[in-house]
This record gives sequence, C-alpha cells and structure tokens, in this order.
Amino acid sequence: MVKIKIDNQELEVAEGTTVLQAALDNKIDVPYFCWHSKLSIAGNCRMCLVNLKGSPKPVISCRERVREGLEVDTKSPEVKKMQQGVLEFILLNHPLDCPICDQSGECPLQDNYFKFSKFPSRIEDQKIHKPKAVPLGPLVTLDDERCIVCTRCVRFCDEVTGTHELCVTERGGHSTLRTYPGAELKNPYSLCTVDICPVGALTSTDFRFKKRVWFLKSADSICTGCATGCNIKMDWDDQIVYRYRPRENEAVNQCWMCDEGRLTYKFINDKNRVLEPLVKKHGEFQRVGWDEALAFTRKRIPREAHEVSASSCVGVVSAQASCEENTALVKFLQQVSKEPVFLTTKKEIANPSHDDFLIDADKNPNSAFLKVLGKEISYARHFPKEAVVFVLDNLTEAQKKELVDARPKLVVWLASNLWEPSHWADVVLPKPTFAEQDGTFINRQNREQKTNKAFAPRGLARPVGEVLREIRLQT
Amino acid sequence: MSSILNNNWNNPRQREIKTAMANGAYASLKKVFNMQPVEVTEEVKKSGLRGRGGAGFLTGMKWGFIPKNSKKTVYLINNFDESEPGTFKDRAIVEKDPHRMLEGMIIAAYAIGARTAYIYIRGEYYRQWEILEKAIAEACREGFLGKNILRSGFDLDIYQHRGAGAYICGEETALLSSLEGGRGYPRIKPPFPAIEGAWRCPTIVNNVETLSNLPFIMNNGAAAYRKFGTEKSPGTKLISASGHVNKPGVYEVEMGLPVRTFVEEHLGGVWKGRKLKGVVPGGSSFQVLTAEETSKCCLDFESCAGCGTSLGSGGFYVMDETTCMVKMLQYTAKFYEHESCGQCTPCREGTGWVSQIVRRIEEGHGRQRDLDLLIDVSKNMVNGRTICVFADALALPVISYVTKFRAEFEEHIKLGRCSLQNG
Ligand SMILES: Cc1cc2nc3c(=O)[nH]c(=O)nc-3n(C[C@H](O)[C@H](O)[C@H](O)COP(=O)(O)O)c2cc1C
Ligand code: SF4
Ligand code: SF4
Ligand code: SF4
Ligand code: FES
Repeated sequence: MVKIKIDNQELEVAEGTTVLQAALDNKIDVPYFCWHSKLSIAGNCRMCLVNLKGSPKPVISCRERVREGLEVDTKSPEVKKMQQGVLEFILLNHPLDCPICDQSGECPLQDNYFKFSKFPSRIEDQKIHKPKAVPLGPLVTLDDERCIVCTRCVRFCDEVTGTHELCVTERGGHSTLRTYPGAELKNPYSLCTVDICPVGALTSTDFRFKKRVWFLKSADSICTGCATGCNIKMDWDDQIVYRYRPRENEAVNQCWMCDEGRLTYKFINDKNRVLEPLVKKHGEFQRVGWDEALAFTRKRIPREAHEVSASSCVGVVSAQASCEENTALVKFLQQVSKEPVFLTTKKEIANPSHDDFLIDADKNPNSAFLKVLGKEISYARHFPKEAVVFVLDNLTEAQKKELVDARPKLVVWLASNLWEPSHWADVVLPKPTFAEQDGTFINRQNREQKTNKAFAPRGLARPVGEVLREIRLQT
Repeated sequence: MSSILNNNWNNPRQREIKTAMANGAYASLKKVFNMQPVEVTEEVKKSGLRGRGGAGFLTGMKWGFIPKNSKKTVYLINNFDESEPGTFKDRAIVEKDPHRMLEGMIIAAYAIGARTAYIYIRGEYYRQWEILEKAIAEACREGFLGKNILRSGFDLDIYQHRGAGAYICGEETALLSSLEGGRGYPRIKPPFPAIEGAWRCPTIVNNVETLSNLPFIMNNGAAAYRKFGTEKSPGTKLISASGHVNKPGVYEVEMGLPVRTFVEEHLGGVWKGRKLKGVVPGGSSFQVLTAEETSKCCLDFESCAGCGTSLGSGGFYVMDETTCMVKMLQYTAKFYEHESCGQCTPCREGTGWVSQIVRRIEEGHGRQRDLDLLIDVSKNMVNGRTICVFADALALPVISYVTKFRAEFEEHIKLGRCSLQNG
C-alpha cells in the first residue's frame, strides 16, 4: 500500500494501481473514454488528464501508476480547462445525433459533457462527414461520424477474441474505423464491441432504433443460453425484453457474453408464447380458462394416490427450467403418488457451438441442478406405459416418440412456448419465462445464480409451483 | 578548415567509396575498434554533440540510456525521414557524401552494441535510396560492413526501410511502429526507445546529420570538435535555407552565427532588395521570429530557445515584407491538418479546426473573435496534452504568428482579404 493524495484527500491505495483506478475506487469522478479494465492502455482520448504536484506537464491518469507521496489534482481550474478542451475537441466533429442515437441516455460523452464541461459551443465551422449505417458484420452496425477513435473495439478484437477484424484507416480528423479488407466483424462475441463503445458509433443491428433507453427498466439476471450462465442485465419495457447486456462478474463472464446467448432473449417475446391454458378436444388444442384446464387435469389424476400402481405418475424434470420449477414438480409428484417416476430432459442441438472461453456446448442453463437432484431421486430412462405424465419445458425428439408409443393416460405440459404443434400433449399449462419470475440456476462451475423477476407473467401464465399446488389441494 | 561535414561536397565523385576513402572516409574505424564501446560513448559525451533531428538532445547521454548487460538485441536507427517543411539538409549529406554517414552509423552501432542498423528513409527519397543502396554495397565489399569488420570481431548489417510518405513517421516512436510493419502511430513515452524501442528492444534513433558528425569527433577528438560552435551547442549545423533570399541552399555554419549575418552574408540578403519581415529558423514546427527578433538571435540551440523558438532541424526560411502572414500560417496549418496521425483527440481534432479557422480568415470569412479562439484552441493542444509533440508543432507556430502579427490578421479579417496586396 502507498499513501497518496487526490484533491487533498489522503488515500491509501494498493501499489501498482493507476491514478485513475485509485480515484474511481474512492468515488472521485475522473472522466475517461478509452480506458477499459480488460484492455491494454491506449492513452489516446486524453480525457483523463490530471496534474501532479511538482510535474510541469499533465499526465493521463489511466496510465500513471501511484507512488508514495504522489499528489494528484483532478479538480483545479487548470485541470477543468484541460477537460473542457478535450471535450470540445471530441465534440468538434461529433454529429450530435443524440435525438436519434441509440446511445443517448447511456452515453458517457453526454454524461461527461454535462459533468465536466457545459461549455457553450464555439464551433462555427463545417463538420467532417463520415459513413453512417455501415454494417461491419451480421450483428454490428457502425455510425462512423459518432466514433471518437478510442480504439476500444479494435483492442477488444485484438486482445480478447484475438480475431483482429477491426482497424483505423486514414489520418487526422478523417480517421475511419473499418474492418480489414475482406474481413467481417463476426466473431462470436462481436456485440461486446457495442457494449464497450463509449458512444453510439457501434450499434447492435438487432437493437438499433428499437427503443429509447430511458424507457427501459432493467433486471439483474442470468443468460439461459448455455451452462455458463453469464450474468446479465435484462432490459425491458411493457412486458417486452429488448436486450441483454453483460453484467460484470469476474468469476463467471468478466464483463462479456456471447452473441448467441445475447440474442436468446427473443423467445420471451416470441409469438409462440403460450398465454392461455390449452386443452386438447377432438384432437385440437382449444383455449380454455384455468378452471377448466385444472379441472380437466385433476379428473385424470388417480384419486387415491396410494392405490395407484407405482409407475403411473411420471415427472419430466428439465435442465432448461429453474431449480424452483423442478423442485416444485418433484414435490408435487411425491405428494400425489407413492412412487413417482422421474425422467430428465434437456435441450439438444446438433453441432452445438462451444469454445474455451464462455460458450459451453451444453445449451442448458441448469444441468448442474439435475445432477444435484439426482442424489435424492433416481431417474428412469424410459417412460412407463399408460402413465400420467407431467413435462417441464420440452422433450427431446426421441423422448416425444417414446412417449407417444407408451400410450400415456394424460400428458400435462408445463411450458412457456409452444415450440411445435405438440400432438403428444393433452393439456398445456402456460408458465412464465425466467423473465417473469424469480429463479435459481446452477451453472457449470456449480455456482448458484439468481434470476430476478423483471415483469409480471405475460397472458395468463402462472408459476409452476402455484399451479401444481392448486392441482394437489383439490385432488 | 572551417567545416566538419561539407568538405568534399563539391567533389562529384565523393559518392564513390574509392574517392571517399582517399578523402579519409572510414579512417576513424581503426581507432574506434581499438577503444572500448564505452570509451566511444564517453568521447561523444565530451564532444557535447546534440541531436540534429529537432530536439537537440545530447547524443552521448542518449546512448548512455541503453541498459547495461541487457540480453536483448540492440538496434541503431538512422532517421532519414526528413519531412519537415523547410528542412532538406539530410538529403544533401546523402547525395554528396553518403559514406560519411555510413561511417557515423558504424561508430554509433559499435558504441551502443548494435549488430543491426536501419536507415528509415522517407518514401519520396527514391534517388537517395538508390545512392545509399549502392554505398552500402560498396562498404560491404570493402569490409566496412558485414562480419568481423576490419578484423575487429564487430559485425554490422545496415538495411534501408522506406517510409510511405507520412511526416509523423519521422517522430521516433511512430518510426518504430512503422518499421515494425504497423501503422505509423507514435507511442506513449516513457518507455523511451533506448529502453524499449524496435521490437521492444533497446534502440537508439539518431538523425542523419547527428551520425555524420561522428567520424570527425572520433578522428580529431572531442576537444577539436568543441573548437566549433558554442559551449552548449558545439560543432556546426547544416542549415537548409529557403524563401525570399538571393542564395537559398544548404549551408554548414558554425553554431552561434547571428541570424542576420547568415541572411546578409551567406544567403546574399533578402531578394529583390526588399525588407525582412520574418524568419522561421528551425523548420515549420517552431515559432516565427519577427525581423526585430532576428537581430538578437543566433543559430544555436540556446539562443533560439532564448528567443522563444528553436533551432530545430535547421529548416530556415525567410519571409520578405510582401509575405502575407495569414497565408503563411494557412499553408503551415494545412500541412499539420493533413499529417496528424489522428491517434489522440486534441491533435486529431485541433489541427483540423485550427486549419479551418485560418483558411476561413484567409478566404475573407474571418471574425475578429477567431484570433482569440485560435490562441485558446492552440493552448488546449500543447504541453503534454497529446501523445507526441506533433500537436505542439502546430500550436506553437499558430500562437506565434497570431500574436506577433496580430495587427495584420485583424486587418485581413476587416478587409476580407490580404492588406498587402492591392485590390
Ligand atoms: C512530428 C515529428 C517529426 C520528426 N521528424 C523527424 C525527421 O524527419 N528526422 C529526424 O531525424 N528527426 C525527426 N524528429 C525527431 C525524432 O523524433 C528524434 O528526436 C530524432 O530522430 C532523434 O535524433 P537526434 O537525437 O539525432 O536528433 C521528428 C519529431 C517529431 C515530433
Ligand atoms: S454518441 Fe452520445 S453524444 Fe453522440 S450522438 Fe449519440 S448520444 Fe449523442
Ligand atoms: S467505434 Fe466506438 S469503440 Fe470503436 S473506436 Fe470508435 S468510439 Fe471507440
Ligand atoms: S499528437 Fe498528433 S501526431 Fe502525435 S500521436 Fe497525437 S494525433 Fe498523432
Ligand atoms: S482514458 Fe486515459 S487517455 Fe483515454
């Protein structure tokens, strides 16, 4: 530890940290753009300039290391003038697209201007125009006029993914961000460049112009795209999820997430969401109220649980569902049946993407929980004949076939989305997605992670535990 | 003998190694190889030789920064990017006496322990590249380059690397980025190249003229060298003189020569019998001097610094009384706007802005408030606000032109045109 002073405030900070880090850690606001905790120091934006006592020239605090006795000035009129100067230069050729810019409202350039400058414009000359709406790859669109050439995105592709797609060409005020000739920005983490771009230059083609960010509310959650369970912020409004953004968790995903996972939010808003209970009548699903659906189900559950043969009640637990949902199903069946049978299911896809960073080939968020559960209950491999079956989430294709062959008495499907015509189910009971209820998932590192309810269940969807309890109480 | 560098410049065959050798080229090497490398460095330190690339840094001191006992390869780089507007003196050395420069490189390489040296040559200098290719081949044939030079056990290879036409690649760290095959972006210092330079190895970057002084120093000793020039600026300086004078050209002058004497006696005075208006003594990156200021200024590092400018790289240009200072500044600013590498904010944006404002004034659309704006914007670009000093190299001249010739700028704005021309 070394003793330093920032703006006359005495601080004890770890040796080797930078002045900027020391300031931020102690809630001293020093503006910056190009610095990023996970990237090399470029020192090009010059926003973080500060003065040091006894030094004739300012230094960039993002690169200056602390040392015993260092006295830093981040607030004097001289420093203020430097900050205003840098902001004025950045804004010189900046288009001020704020009214139509996706970044607006969460833009460090806007924020820093209001915090550190508020200097009236002295710019009376023509701005340099640059390409707008340039697709850099399938998911990222560049507005080059907004680019402040901080090279965060370039360094991300060089240092984090090692894919080297981006570069700056031309010189001076004409500096232009682009992909190398023949290259496309399509590494599996390309949307992280949008997160780290401090302005609205890199935009997510998916999110572009969809929503003013100040209308968005945010819930801390977990990506359910694979077993890694990247921590996310789920941004939503009016029961619609607009985007995921990575939430920092050094132990799981640092501050990144993959593109594939990031776009899995779409199932929450999908047209195939089941919003009302469905009951099969004359071979066709018909929308019914909860009362009718539950009555229909109840009627077919063996009245005296103890009299039923051991194999007649089946529960399919799912690596897609939360711990709470799975546990509710297990409890329910243990209560209504003496010896319930359990099977497991999970999402299976051919040639799943995977790498040695974040992307796991197991596309299920809760596989680890099924293993934990397997210590208490044993899993059967096959469906018993003529049973009453409760399915969470979905079945694999093979399981569906086998289930039909086992001629079940009743199949109750607890699902959020109707993935296909589902001739194999008799009743569909709509459940909320993890966006609409609190939940727990256990990731590949056996970390228990919470998802928070963002908004009320859509349509008539009701949590699995609640529905099963109601069935049981009246059985 | 009154010169160090240009003794044989009027011998048309001096480029050929036989002639050069007959005139003493490579003669210092025997002596050098009989000394320890540190002794060579000591001698250069004693000579007080200062860098001729612009900054005037003490050459021997710079060499001394090379880490001792480092296991890393050490590189020598000869900076022949010469792109400063007004500066064209390194080119004269190479065209007239290339072997003197190569000999200097061998001495420097031996002193710092480099086995590989590069000449970073400005892309437009194609003919000069050819001259050097030939000279290097000759020196190899004569055994001054390659393995075991003059049986000293010392090896040295020299390669030329051609730039692609960017002024910024003369800045030593941008040069290194470019040499390594990257974009010519300057690097943040420290670390200085002597600690971490080419391919992260200790590297000395010296200017063509700096290196060309070494044979004299090693042949004649530091004391003899110090007979030339001033206490703090020993030796001579090549001045490339251009502009409104009767005899422009490359001159070797003793450090300390008064600017007025240089103009009157060497350059034959201001042309067409006109009066002197201003002089830029060190190249476009430095402040302009008014006629009055030139009478106090001498051609050495301290005197120029004392007058608020710099001897720089000796890019000396003279402006007569008919020169429009607004136009002069416009040309200057345009160059820097074009050449800014664009890496850091104040320079990327500031150079363009300054250039736009000056252009607007020149074209007759200026406003009086533009002058204070120019000065304030320039002040926001200088003194460590940027990665390299390129930004200062525009901002300081701007401040000097606008402050020293303010009345003329104001008149230009008022009239909407140059006040020196009629109509
Ligand atoms: C923008 C800029 C351009 C420069 N161009 C040159 C150049 O063309 N040739 C040169 O020798 N030095 C140039 N320099 C200076 C070099 O950075 C460096 O100081 C010099 O090569 C060191 O050699 P010296 O110590 O022998 O002078 C330039 C510096 C700057 C900031
Ligand atoms: S990047 Fe920020 S400042 Fe620029 S247009 Fe967008 S919101 Fe406005
Ligand atoms: S696109 Fe964004 S992240 Fe990339 S250099 Fe420009 S401002 Fe920085
Ligand atoms: S000061 Fe100018 S030339 Fe130097 S690094 Fe910054 S932008 Fe490039
Ligand atoms: S944050 Fe320090 S220079 Fe950009």
